[in-house]
Amino acid sequence: MLAKRIIPCLDVTAGRVVKGTNFVGLRDAGDPIEIARRYNEQGADEVTFLDITASSDQRDIILHIVEACAEQVFIPLTVGGGVRKVEDVRRLLNAGADKVSMNTAAVQNPDLVFDASSKVGSQCIVVAIDAKQVAPGQWHVFTHGGRNDTGLDTIAWAKKVAALGAGEILLTSMDRDGTKNGFDLALTRAVSDAVSIPVIASGGVGNLQHLADGVSEGRADAVLAASIFHFGEYTVRQAKEYMAARGIEVRL
Amino acid sequence: MSAGQTIAVIDYGMGNLRSVSKALEHVAGGKTVVVTADPAVVAAAERVVFPGQGAMPDCMNELDARGLRAAVLAAAKDKPFLGICVGEQMLFERSDEGDVPALGVFPGNVKRFPDAKMYLPTGERLKVPHMGWNEVRQSPHALWNGIADGSRFYFVHSYFVEPADPALVTGRCEYGVPFTCVAVQFHPEKSARDGLQLLKNFVEWHP
Repeated sequence: MLAKRIIPCLDVTAGRVVKGTNFVGLRDAGDPIEIARRYNEQGADEVTFLDITASSDQRDIILHIVEACAEQVFIPLTVGGGVRKVEDVRRLLNAGADKVSMNTAAVQNPDLVFDASSKVGSQCIVVAIDAKQVAPGQWHVFTHGGRNDTGLDTIAWAKKVAALGAGEILLTSMDRDGTKNGFDLALTRAVSDAVSIPVIASGGVGNLQHLADGVSEGRADAVLAASIFHFGEYTVRQAKEYMAARGIEVRL
Repeated sequence: MSAGQTIAVIDYGMGNLRSVSKALEHVAGGKTVVVTADPAVVAAAERVVFPGQGAMPDCMNELDARGLRAAVLAAAKDKPFLGICVGEQMLFERSDEGDVPALGVFPGNVKRFPDAKMYLPTGERLKVPHMGWNEVRQSPHALWNGIADGSRFYFVHSYFVEPADPALVTGRCEYGVPFTCVAVQFHPEKSARDGLQLLKNFVEWHP
């Protein structure tokens, strides 16, 4: 049976892994390659790098990190942040990324999702959605690192990107990100039930119960977390053992 | 460097070549890994890896645009040869994806996961692409040396092969429907320790 995936996420800027709360207040968490290796040894199913570098002249740093990672870490690597053109997708894949995640650019130009998936295959294209609740049972899509309300309904947008050829959705609750209060389970479930492609739950993990809830209550196909792993509160293996003990299929 | 000791990774502009070549280098011992679009280098290599990612029609077009079809057909017949993912699918006769003819090394076709069958007995829907780590039931083959039966490998695909000859099958997986591996549908280069062991077995395989 297909295992539910646990994906540690590394926010990278200027060659370092950082972690913030509600998208602000960054603190240093270490070297990306070293951290990716550690997670591979702990049994992580994938690793995601999000390049949160603001200035374009520092963008190429992520390519070198991806290259170094692909030489040493033999599990799938997703890279996102600053992807605007099909050419950006190709450069990341050529450097050794297995999947590329796009967010703001997909909202500004939905054809990018279609063009990129037609060119490199749906399996390489992840659309990241930053969602924030605006009314009970209603979430809007935000862009530009969470600063800009697009007015788009998250469920409708998820269906649209799936139809355009996205192979997976990385769904982050902005209300929960960095809070350690757990995933927005209603949001996760609404999106996962609405689309036929895999959905990764993200934002708010503070303990192992939250990860299990994301799968069993949120019906996520994969769960993503950052700080609980970076600062040594839990290992990936502990997370998997916890989930397995609750009847969730994992790769141990 | 003797050409006889090289492992050629076929470059036809599609797929995660860097990941494949780096994983092979990791287990290649004294052998040299070359990523190549040159039919002569493929012909001179000791063994050949045929990776693939993306849409089958594009993969076939790119292969032909680079004049690699004959070299791939020859290598598949007379060298240790490992097809990965779409590189496995291209070895069969025809694919549902774009309804294109493939290389026809093996009899059988490539099918899409059927929507109507993508449910667990519990009613839970199975997502497509089949993405993530799934268990592979092994048929006896040198590629599986040192790898426990039922070990998980990393898959990412929406189509799978239906070989006409069951004797070709080296492994079986199930996702909505049972499907098989002749080459490998999963990605050994992304399957951690067991994936590297499989590539090592390929490097050392003497059919």
